[in-house]
Amino acid sequence: MDFLRPDSWADALAAKAEHPDAVPIAGGTDVMVELNFDRRRPAALLDLTRVDDLSQWYQQDGLVRLGAGVTFARLISELGDQLPGLAMASRTVGSPQIRNRGTVGGNLGTASPAGDAHPALLAAGAEVEVESVRGSRRMPVSDFYVGVKRNALEPDELIRAVWIAPATGPQQYSKIGTRNAMVIAVCAFGLALHPSRKTVGTGIGSAAPTPRVAAQAGTFAANALEEAGLWESRGELPPSLAQEFAEQVQAAASPIDDIRGSAAYRLLSLSVMARRCLVWAWTDYRKAA
Amino acid sequence: MRITTTVNGEQRQVDDVWEGESLLYVLRERMALPGSKNACEQGECGACTVYLDHVPVCACLVAAGQADGREIVTVEGLQVEGELHPVQRAFVEAGAVQCGFCTPGLVVATHDLLERSGQPSDPEIREALAGNLCRCTGYEKILDAVHLAADRLSTSEKQ
Amino acid sequence: MTTVIARPESHTKVIGGRVGDSPQRPDGNLKVRGEFAYSSDLWMEGMLWGVTLRSPHPYARIRSIDIGPALATPGVSAVLTHEDVPGEKLYGMDIADQPVLAIDVVRYQGEPVALVAANHPEVARQAAKKIRVDYEVYEPVTDPIEALGHPGWNPGQHSTAPVVQVVELNAERARLHPNGNLVRHLKIRKGDPAPVADVVVVGEYEVGMQDQAFLGPESGLAFPAEDGGVELHVATQWLHSDQQQMCLALGLPPEKVRLTLAGVGGAFGGREDLSMHVHACLLTLHTGKPVKMVYHREESFFGHVHRHPATMRYEHGATGDGVLVYVKAAIYLDGGAYTSSTPAVVANAGTLGIGPYVVPNVQVDCFGSYTNNPPCGAMRGFGAVQVAFAYEAQMDRLAAELGMDPVELRCRNAMTEGAQAPTGQVIDSAAPVEELLRRVQSMPMPAEHPAAGDTDLRALPGGVSNVTHGESVVRGVGYAVTYKNIGFSEGFDDYSTARVRLEVVNGEPTVTVHTAAAEVGQGLVTVEQQIARTELAVDRVVVHGKDTRVGSGGSTSASRQTYVTGGAVKAACEKVRDVLLGMARRQLGHTIAGLRLDDGKVVSDGEGVVAAIADVLGDRVIEETLQWRHRPTEPIDPETGQGFAHVQYAFSAHRAVVDVDVELGLVKVVALDCAQDVGKAINPEAVVGQIQGGSAQGLGLAIMEEVIVTGGMIRNPSFTDYLLPTMLDMPPMKIAVLEYADPHAPYGLRGVGEPPTISSGPAVAAAIRQAVGKPLSRVPIRPEHITGT
Repeated sequence: MDFLRPDSWADALAAKAEHPDAVPIAGGTDVMVELNFDRRRPAALLDLTRVDDLSQWYQQDGLVRLGAGVTFARLISELGDQLPGLAMASRTVGSPQIRNRGTVGGNLGTASPAGDAHPALLAAGAEVEVESVRGSRRMPVSDFYVGVKRNALEPDELIRAVWIAPATGPQQYSKIGTRNAMVIAVCAFGLALHPSRKTVGTGIGSAAPTPRVAAQAGTFAANALEEAGLWESRGELPPSLAQEFAEQVQAAASPIDDIRGSAAYRLLSLSVMARRCLVWAWTDYRKAA
Repeated sequence: MRITTTVNGEQRQVDDVWEGESLLYVLRERMALPGSKNACEQGECGACTVYLDHVPVCACLVAAGQADGREIVTVEGLQVEGELHPVQRAFVEAGAVQCGFCTPGLVVATHDLLERSGQPSDPEIREALAGNLCRCTGYEKILDAVHLAADRLSTSEKQ
Repeated sequence: MTTVIARPESHTKVIGGRVGDSPQRPDGNLKVRGEFAYSSDLWMEGMLWGVTLRSPHPYARIRSIDIGPALATPGVSAVLTHEDVPGEKLYGMDIADQPVLAIDVVRYQGEPVALVAANHPEVARQAAKKIRVDYEVYEPVTDPIEALGHPGWNPGQHSTAPVVQVVELNAERARLHPNGNLVRHLKIRKGDPAPVADVVVVGEYEVGMQDQAFLGPESGLAFPAEDGGVELHVATQWLHSDQQQMCLALGLPPEKVRLTLAGVGGAFGGREDLSMHVHACLLTLHTGKPVKMVYHREESFFGHVHRHPATMRYEHGATGDGVLVYVKAAIYLDGGAYTSSTPAVVANAGTLGIGPYVVPNVQVDCFGSYTNNPPCGAMRGFGAVQVAFAYEAQMDRLAAELGMDPVELRCRNAMTEGAQAPTGQVIDSAAPVEELLRRVQSMPMPAEHPAAGDTDLRALPGGVSNVTHGESVVRGVGYAVTYKNIGFSEGFDDYSTARVRLEVVNGEPTVTVHTAAAEVGQGLVTVEQQIARTELAVDRVVVHGKDTRVGSGGSTSASRQTYVTGGAVKAACEKVRDVLLGMARRQLGHTIAGLRLDDGKVVSDGEGVVAAIADVLGDRVIEETLQWRHRPTEPIDPETGQGFAHVQYAFSAHRAVVDVDVELGLVKVVALDCAQDVGKAINPEAVVGQIQGGSAQGLGLAIMEEVIVTGGMIRNPSFTDYLLPTMLDMPPMKIAVLEYADPHAPYGLRGVGEPPTISSGPAVAAAIRQAVGKPLSRVPIRPEHITGT
């Protein structure tokens, strides 16, 4: 097994081009488990922890450019105001030790439907920037997940950053687990209100082969809020609106039965989380007036 | 692969490290520092918690090569001038040690918590130590130990 | 009688410390420094690493094993199969039915098939994958009731040709198991065989498979000795039982198989059976080099026995006033592929199966089955845990049926001293069942859960995962009480050995205590010191390393060590004391009445201080070694289950308070308080620590811990999906320690470790049922059960 240690982003890209089979490793919270239990023996490991570019975030073009190597711990402490949904999701990740190493880039690289960041990324309408020696491309995060634990990366590509608009409205994140820490989501839901665009962002986790937007539900909610003039009036949210939203979120999911939960439970809990998240977000929206 | 790293203040170099080894394996089997424990090797128990560049992490999730050139502090490095660190002493005195396999990881995690937050509340302690499993104590006396250490550290700071 | 509440105000510890004090444990400093040597920390120059190749199938015949490519791998020193086992090929604690390495059939997923020794664990692992095993896969037997031919709960149907029979090509095994898939059937028949009652409540219950999940992995280091023997440093619960089994497998006498207890990272029953012991010795004897073996966590799930899953049907009959008339129970325990300690677990579950209640008419049938599921054996509670879920749920159902308060119903039927157990045994010391219940009932309740709104998420179900801000949160309160036998039962020769040595070292009288009794974290080493200090009035007590150079300490299980090894240490100290006082008398040259030891001196009531112990001893050494037994127990009658089966009982009660998000089915245990009678708290802090730790394991079984097995395959062999309670899952626990002495036990003490594991889970389950308003008859309780999905 080779251990590749590029010092710069350019070197990292060159290494990946030369070793397309190399497995990138940053926080190691997925990759090392596979190595320790002999589930995987890659020809090479590509250590990204020396590439400073990846661990930086900054504002550009009105967006937050979040390096793929920024840890969940730093997300919580440094970006809680600008990316509240993602910060809430980060707080549910594993444990303090895991949050000190785990990254959004890692979540995307593994592309598990249960990855904690995904519902928040989807709700916020994030974009993923990937790069290779051939050039750079960006795509909506929803296009990045192509199958169960499969992402859109070409073999010579690495994830560079995620681009997310700072929150302009309340965001929520909710995760079901049968333990209060260090738990893989049974299912999860992310919500973001975007009052400036009058849209409602959503993200579903662990209830489909990939993380998924509840597109129809989001459109329904946005339209219903608009028709009732609620974006402007910040009036009370009709319970029927929240209920219908919840049912449409549920309809967007296609969960399975597995050892962590039944499909029926996932559908139920998704609808409960969706309803509650909308109610909480709307309550915050009303208070902000 | 050769790994050169600073561990507990000392420069350490090991050769012939297999690229798939974890930092935990290197510490335990190559550097004669078995204080960090191999309870799960999947980041789910915190028994291998060490400081990597001043940040507490699970050593089982750090690839050996990632530790090259970095600074590591393990439980063996927490003593102060050959004496138990107040966190270590508090764990013994509060009865928070039974089999003790979780203890090194908890000592490091507690050490980190008290550096950041002088007098943490119970909910803060529980959230900060939620990544450290204990199968023997039910955690109550560990909570006592953290409070005891916090009291002592704040007292000694005032002196 | 004293009471200790958790969170003492003072943390000042007496260095020294006699019986009744809470001195620091002698290994504490090493443990907090990371310098205490556990079995996986051992290292020796030139050592090799051993790994085990395990069966991927729960049931298959082995047609052939080809070790050639593995053996040819550079860095590999040995590849061994059953052909390399020089002695007995089968081992076991009760019935020797388990192959050291699989011979012609594998009977559970993970059964050891071959061993590899190499210069690096990775080399050994990859070489093991090159061993070619040709399996003919069979359909596994997975239902423990069907395996006995009892479809549809027909315990009366004792079929000699069970519906599904494990196909056995091994005549040896058929000889060992004349009853086919039945390990043991325990019967209790007491009183009227056809009792009638005003009110009858029937229930069916299931308890899933729990894992001990000790944090220290199975591990040890073996090295060859010059005399052709072998030394093994290992984490275990019973050195001598291991040694006995190893001698048979290795074909060596005990003098040549020397075991030393390495540091143990928890046990809870999971180290009672052999794991890598014989394997490491085979490799070391074969290669002539030291061999270290360490299981990682996934392998650990296959490397030790688990708690028996149980399926139970209970029928309770009572008068209209709530006085129990009869209890009938059918209990099925799935023993998995090999016998392990299933016969004793069946006995415990059966004899303790109706709970700490007085019931005149009792009918219990408890069965242990063989299946191709993972082998099950000892886990803290040992059969009593499973039945407690059933009988305590029944008591709540009965209370509801009668319109009675659940605690009131329990008190009305509570055992007391002098009551008769279902085995006919008279409870011959305190049995404070009612008092324990009233104690937990009267403890202050935790604060009400926050009303919906702006609250700290950590106080709510789901915590920072943000599932509720108080919506749909309902509180429930539940109670449970239990009892457990302490020590080995049914006539087992239960003893321990202690060697106690008194001499002067650097001017100070020093005691050395040497037992083979395994310290697994419970604090036995501290207790041994405390007893020696108390009996010999000397502060300096050294606990010698535990090994097979002294006689057996018995098993660290059945909550028995403080009783039996404590008893042995006490008795050996008393002998040493007698010798010392005899020396003192002779030195004085005249008779003094009432000589005793106090604070390093020989004193008498009449004359005060007579001499310093050090002066009496001079440069002489007093050493005594003896075996100590508790009073004998008896086997029980095979048809009626009657007999003096258990030497001691210990009682505990819990109250659980839970907040349940009933829409999502998520549970937060808000408080888990306990009252327990420990007879005499030898070390009060350690006692509280054991009770809190046991309560955590009960909570885990109630709401999150299960080894999920489908088709004989473990689906969650990992801490990712076998969930242990974290600090965020455990509630505060108030503990009331009662001390009603058992006059038959040293210092009046009662075993402590198991009862809190037994009454905690049922209390949590009861609290959830109250919050949710559903019967919830299976543990661990999952959100699906609560929400009906």
